This record gives sequence, structure tokens and C-alpha cells, in this order.
Amino acid sequence: MGKEANTATRISSFVLMVIFITLALSLTALILAITAFNYGNEIVAGILLMMGFIGVALSSYVLFQTRKRILRLRIETPAITTTIECKKCGFKSVREFQRGDYIFKEVEPCQKCNDKMLITAIYREVKEKERTFVP
Amino acid sequence: MNIFQLTVVLQNKIMQEPFGEYSWIFNLLFYIIFIVFLFYGQRFQVYIMLREVEGSLYKLRYIKDEGRKISIETIKEIGKPQTDPTVRVDKFLEYFTIAPQSLDPAGVVWKLEHILDVRDVRFKDEVKMMAPAADETQVNNLENTLEAAMALNYIYKVIRHFYLLGKKTMSLYVIMQVQMQLPLIMKEAEAYASALKAFAYGQPIGDGAGALVAAKLMHGYEMRKIPKDNIVATVPIEGRTAYVIKAEGPGGNVGKTGDAVKTIIEENDGKIATIIMIDAALKLEGEEVGEVAEGVGAAIGGPGVDQFKIEESILKYHIPINAVIVKEDIGDAVSPMRKEIFDSVDKAVERVKQVVLEKTKEGDKVIIVGVGNTIGIGQ
Repeated sequence: MGKEANTATRISSFVLMVIFITLALSLTALILAITAFNYGNEIVAGILLMMGFIGVALSSYVLFQTRKRILRLRIETPAITTTIECKKCGFKSVREFQRGDYIFKEVEPCQKCNDKMLITAIYREVKEKERTFVP
Repeated sequence: MNIFQLTVVLQNKIMQEPFGEYSWIFNLLFYIIFIVFLFYGQRFQVYIMLREVEGSLYKLRYIKDEGRKISIETIKEIGKPQTDPTVRVDKFLEYFTIAPQSLDPAGVVWKLEHILDVRDVRFKDEVKMMAPAADETQVNNLENTLEAAMALNYIYKVIRHFYLLGKKTMSLYVIMQVQMQLPLIMKEAEAYASALKAFAYGQPIGDGAGALVAAKLMHGYEMRKIPKDNIVATVPIEGRTAYVIKAEGPGGNVGKTGDAVKTIIEENDGKIATIIMIDAALKLEGEEVGEVAEGVGAAIGGPGVDQFKIEESILKYHIPINAVIVKEDIGDAVSPMRKEIFDSVDKAVERVKQVVLEKTKEGDKVIIVGVGNTIGIGQ
């Protein structure tokens, strides 16, 4: 089971090997292009330059996409905030959610007036993505 | 020679001799590609679609496995079982419920209610066996966690079914059915994935907006239990008597709202001026999360049994029914409550009070029902 789950979050070593070989060959092509250019063989230099750039672009794109796929697989755990309030003196404190918290639960006494405090809010904050224009 | 000059030289070379004497090869290649696409175009389309579904299937498998893992870990942590609960959890994930026969629709609601009751009891017993040390609240939360894991397992299996069927038949129409619905299915699966952790930790979820409105109205007043898994408090609002109902929290519970409303109506011999139901409702794209809207009718989701019972009860005594909804999308409904939804609860409370003032007069009795899963919400 665990093995099965791992395959989804792991980059295949074969894919990685192909990506890095392409990257290495592309870099070699770029170096050769410079050499050819120095020898005055512009046509060959141009072709090698083009091949090198395409190779680098393709391998980095595939590597980026593979990484993106794995990042997409992760389940995000948003930060949950618990607000505790003293009904008597109005003292408020905000902390991270702890297992067992619930709205209207009586918790530790107030630091200011020693009266019982109450959990008044539990929520998560979401950063809105930039909105697209809607007619 | 700089890079610009080199580009000009290359361009000129290509323009002077566009493929030279080998141009026939490119012509032939073009015709071959044209003919191949003419006959196998649809097959290529199927391959592309299959690839897309396969990618989503990987993600679904990961989410499903995570769901199972979280469920097992939570059971071990809370329930302190003597034996490994893995086998029982795997068995639970495969449970199914057969809907009653509706060829003769008369009485189908009662049959459905019975089946759902049996399912509920069975699930609770199973969870209690898996987690003997869990208290009532934790049992409810664990049950919700397992149900979310079960939903994920089912979604994965259905998508896998269509993927394999499509691969086997290579039929565009088989694979197209699932590929077209995939974005919405994935959205739902992601929502269940975030619900899993919320249920496991007992955090309030977006669906609990209605229950939170009721909790805010009844907090500090005397409460009593009513059937089934509900509580009611008698709250004075501007000279009216409001019976505020919600499912008993803070465990994951929706209660049988239909029975609760019926009980209060019967207790008052039908002398209820109005019923106000508050629930979370699915928003349309473009609408704001946490928007509060008002209307009429029984605002309650689920399989329909409770809505049917409420409608039967109000019809018997001709009681008007109003609804206040808090808008959110499916992802927000089952994941930990967003701040926007939490903030809109106060607006909904004000809206409810306004409806009470406008639709009833002093001395009247009203029923206010906060519908939704009350996980993480006390009273």
C-alpha cells in the first residue's frame, strides 16, 4: 500500500535519467556551438546553438512539469486559528487550533480577570487569487 | 559576426533553398500525416483523453490512500484499539447502501429513512468496535472521517472503471463521459481530502454555518435534547418565543432535523407563526463566498427525508416557512470553515432576527432551525 502511494509522489528514475542526458547533450551542443563559431563555421554554430537551446528548454520544461505534478498531489493543510475570548473583560487571544477545540468550549481562565474564557471562533484564512474580469 | 548577422545568414539560406531537391519528401510526409489523421484522428484523441484521465487517476489514488492512512492513524490515536484496525477500515471503505425500490413511489421516503437509520447504526457500531476508547463526540468525528475516506475510495474506483473500460474498448464516447466531468469530480475529491483532516481533528466545516447561527442564538439559554441527536433552546427575541434547534455538537453530527421540527410543532399543537431555516448553500461561480440570501422553503440538503418530513408537518398546520442561506462552494462546505463564512454567520443572525420582526408579532412562537454538520461547534 505504502509502496503504491510512493509511486505517485516519486519521479521515475528512467524519466530523470532521460531528462539529465538531454540536458547534458544540450549543454555540450552549446559549448560546441561556441567552438564552431570561433572556427568561423557560422552555419554549424547556428544549428548547434538552436539544438542546444531547444534541448535545454525541453528538458527543463519536462523537469518543471514533473515537479509540478508531484506538488499538485500534496494535500494542503491550511492553518486554522482559534480565538479565545473573555466574556467579562473582553480580553482576546488568538492561537493555533488544537485537537479538542470547539466553538463555545470553556478553556483556561482569563489572564486579566481570572474568569472563564470561551472559544468564540475557529476558522481558516484563505488568500484569494487575483480575480479575472467578469462582465 | 554577431548573433543578428548570423540569424540573417541562416534566414537567407533557408529562403534561397526551401528544402531543395528533397522537397518531395516533405510533400509525401504531409500526405502521409494527412491520411493517418483522417483514419486514426479519433484514436489519437482517445489516447490524449486517456492520458489526461490517467493523470487524474494518479492523483485520486494518492488522495484515497492518504484518506485511508489518516483514518487509520486517527483511529489508533483516539480509539486506542487492542488490534490493528487496518483490516476493519479496509472493510468499512467497501461498504455500500442499496437505495429502496421506487417503482411504486408511495412510501419510498419511509423506506429510505429506514435504510439510512440501519446504515447509521451499523456505521456507529463499526466505529465503536474499531475505536473502543473513543467518546461519543470522537465516535461521530471518526465516523465522518471514515465516510470521507469512503467517498474518496468510491470516486477513485468509478474513475478507474471508466478509464479501464475506455482503454479496453478504445471508445471515444466511453472515455469522453469521464473526461468531460473530470474537473468537477477532481474538485469534489479535493474537497473531501481537506474534509478528512477537518473531521479527524474535529474542526468546524463550512457546512456548519447554519448550525453556528443557531448556536450563537441559543448560547447561554437552557437547552434540552429532542429526537434525534438534536437540541432545542427557548430564546426570547423581541417579545416572541423562538425555539432554536440544532444538531447536538461538538461531534460531527447533522441530526434528524425533520423529527426535531415535527416534535416542536406537535408540542405547540401547530401554533407556530413561522419557521426559519438557516443552511449553507452551494454558490454559483461569480458569487461571493459567505453571501447571505433569503427566500422561502425548507433549506435542507441530504437524501430528502428530513425535507419531506418538514414539508409534511408545515402543510398539516399551514405554517409559513422562510429560509436564510450562506453561500459557499463544495470545497468550502466540507473543508475547515473559512473566515468569510464565519464572518457571515453574524450577518445571518441579524437577518434571522429581522425576519422574526417582520413576519411575526409579539407573543408569537417561531422555530429557528440551524441546519448542517455541527462538527467543532458546541452550543
